[in-house]
Amino acid sequence: MSKLLLSTGLRAWVIQRFSAVYMLVFVVYLAVSFALRESTGFESWSAWMANPINNVAVGLFFFALLLHAWVGCRDIIMDYVKPFPLRLIKLVIVAVMLLAMGLWVLLVLLQAANY
Amino acid sequence: MNNNKIRPKHLNLFKIRMPVTAVVSIAHRASGALLVILIPAIVYLLQHSLHSAQTYDEVVQLMTQPWMKVLLIIGTWAISHHFFAGIRYLLIDIDIGVLKSSARRSAWVVHLLALVSALWMAGTLL
Repeated sequence: MSKLLLSTGLRAWVIQRFSAVYMLVFVVYLAVSFALRESTGFESWSAWMANPINNVAVGLFFFALLLHAWVGCRDIIMDYVKPFPLRLIKLVIVAVMLLAMGLWVLLVLLQAANY
Repeated sequence: MNNNKIRPKHLNLFKIRMPVTAVVSIAHRASGALLVILIPAIVYLLQHSLHSAQTYDEVVQLMTQPWMKVLLIIGTWAISHHFFAGIRYLLIDIDIGVLKSSARRSAWVVHLLALVSALWMAGTLL
């Protein structure tokens, strides 16, 4: 089992499926939540985002999204970029960009929670 | 039988007639790459929509710009194609729609649903 968990191909495959399923459930929740909303505009939108359940659900969505994006970009880069140094550079650029996005989202959500 | 005979290779993508399932696969990749590129813009819009009532209105105004409408329609196609093709792959993982005939049928359904979503967005915006 530990051998299975260590193989990065299977790990990537599992991450891709679990993050996809979470995002799928989240999108349905988002659609229902917005269909049932009573008012529109900034006040109701910021109140929705300040709700701890929604705030955490959005945070988890972005976490799943960034993991999903990482696995997808990694697959694309490994398929098309063959020379090792170039591949490493591109993977690092993507990783840094996705980590930066994660920190940015965290900041936005913390501010939205306190509104 | 002459096994040494050089066989023709058709790796030119414009000469290969690809099955619909291959087109879904390529579109899944292309739409995924496009969506990754859009992440910074989405986070930026999320931040501005939540910062203040004024910046919220600015985001709403931005959505009425012609170039933004084009981007939203393309983005809607990308996200819905990726979404429906993703569901198709998850179903195939659990052995639903594995047969060639049903895999081809579901591939057409993915293309159709993505197109309908993009047209629906176009209808809403235009």
